[in-house]
Amino acid sequence: MSQATPTLSRVRYSLTPWARIAGLTVCALLTLGPVIWTVATSLRTPAQSFDLPPQIIPTHPTTAAYRGVFQQIDVWLLALNSTLVTALIAVGQMITAGLAGYAFARLEFRLKKPLFGLVLATMMVPLQVTIVPVFLVLKSMGLTDTLLGLIIPAFPTAFGTFLMRQYFLGMPKDLGEAAMLDGAGPWRIFRSVYSPLATPGLAIVGVLAFNYHWNEFFRPLILETSSQNYTLPLGLVSLQGNLGTGSISVVLAGVVLSMLPAVAVFVVGQRPLREGITSAGVNR
Amino acid sequence: MTNTQVPAVRPRPSTPPAVAERPSVRDRGARLLAALFLAPTVVGIVVFTVVPIIGSIVLSLFHWNVIDPPRFAGGANYRTTFTDSTVLVSFRNTLLFMVLAVALQLLIALALALALNGRMPVWLRSVFRSAFFFPLVLSAASISVVMKYLFNQDFGVVNWLIGLVGVAPVPWLTSEHAAMATVILVYVWQQFGFSFLLFVGGLNNIPKEIHEAAALDGATGLRKHLGITLPLLSPTLLVASVVGIINALQVFEQPYVLTDGGPGDATRTVVMVIYERAFEQLDFGEASAVGVLLFVLIMAVTALQFRLSRRFVHYQ
Repeated sequence: MSQATPTLSRVRYSLTPWARIAGLTVCALLTLGPVIWTVATSLRTPAQSFDLPPQIIPTHPTTAAYRGVFQQIDVWLLALNSTLVTALIAVGQMITAGLAGYAFARLEFRLKKPLFGLVLATMMVPLQVTIVPVFLVLKSMGLTDTLLGLIIPAFPTAFGTFLMRQYFLGMPKDLGEAAMLDGAGPWRIFRSVYSPLATPGLAIVGVLAFNYHWNEFFRPLILETSSQNYTLPLGLVSLQGNLGTGSISVVLAGVVLSMLPAVAVFVVGQRPLREGITSAGVNR
Repeated sequence: MTNTQVPAVRPRPSTPPAVAERPSVRDRGARLLAALFLAPTVVGIVVFTVVPIIGSIVLSLFHWNVIDPPRFAGGANYRTTFTDSTVLVSFRNTLLFMVLAVALQLLIALALALALNGRMPVWLRSVFRSAFFFPLVLSAASISVVMKYLFNQDFGVVNWLIGLVGVAPVPWLTSEHAAMATVILVYVWQQFGFSFLLFVGGLNNIPKEIHEAAALDGATGLRKHLGITLPLLSPTLLVASVVGIINALQVFEQPYVLTDGGPGDATRTVVMVIYERAFEQLDFGEASAVGVLLFVLIMAVTALQFRLSRRFVHYQ
């Protein structure tokens, strides 16, 4: 929305605190405004959905639009697809990043440096540059237009690996050495000493994966051609196409439904999500 | 395991030395464990990133529509892209988008992070922080659906709002100049929270004593910011702009949903062209050529940025 208001850049320390807080409040309203409008409009009757001025608190709230969504698209199927894809990718990334991050941080082997360099370098490669060959690889495996085709390529995560490596590097080495003196082998040391400590780091990887893949649009758009394999964002855009400009409250009800899990993760996983973003600047 | 390496991208500056001086575990078991632990990630990256990069370069040298067998094309696909006005316009649009979106995003994020850094109740600060960060958790596609209604010329809330202060309705999505501005606004609205979080983290890392010392020396307000805060924040600024630029060069959902690249080609971006060439027109060769050019562009811009940053980035 119109974040570009010139008054923004004038907000500074030197302003009196209340002016600064007032400015921040206006900006916060501009930021949340579209979301508030979306929720409010989804609760209006389809006939009222174009009313201006927009009622922020609907006079006659109704769930008609939500019923409309369930009639137009198979919400349960889309939600199931999205949940399946997102959950499996999140779990998969936690496993692959946890294992690889530990290997890079705490194990010794040849080619460690070049392999880590390879992982870091792939963070810079945009998905869109590789999508045509990835599509062909998946086609040759018979995985286009399947949910597996979305899931498997998303398992390796360069950023997650990097993050978990940093995480394991931050743990004291003495723990492993003590366990080794007690006769524990490398697997035992990983399993019983370090991996239990890794939970918060893995939570960051999982929450980041959930947020990114729940909202993902580009890969599903290319890979999924039959509507029974659509995920929620894809279904929503097609819902909008079905309806033209007929009723916006139905489309917006769909948007609200698809937002709910993302909002839930925001509420529960806000801290890991923030730490994940702040810790390096995610390339997504 | 392969030792294929992607050429010459400088790893992030924050990487600490990779190898510990005194390996705690060194035996056959550890090496076997390392191989097992790395296999999923390395095999996945090779199959789904390294091979596809090579694949893109090879494909860009062929004419191929999936149905007929591929024919060698030499540089023909690249010659086509350099004469195809849609491709050229998409590169111009993408660069324009990148410059404006990143500049706006960094300015807003910096202003808000600085404003938030002042004195205020703790709960209020966390409310603001959550509010600015919230759009990041939403899907760009569904947010663009919402914005399409808000910016509608006839019944959109934005035109109604500016009408209250007497401004005539703006054709946000249907006129050539306004459409790009609208796509940028929608993108920045969703993305500024990312840089904002980076700046909040960066400001927290600046020791309080530095500001106190400066205040004793009589530095106030703007001078304090330009002279002290900004230089100390410059490493964060570099990360925010590098990530911002890489992301902006890949913009797709917003123009795809809001304007479908139009009116005309006014908001068609490079990634939209890759998508259309490959999956609508089944011209895999030209799509790959455009992809390779985008890759080169991203590498060039990032390299340039690191070069320039040597002059402006101060590490503590």
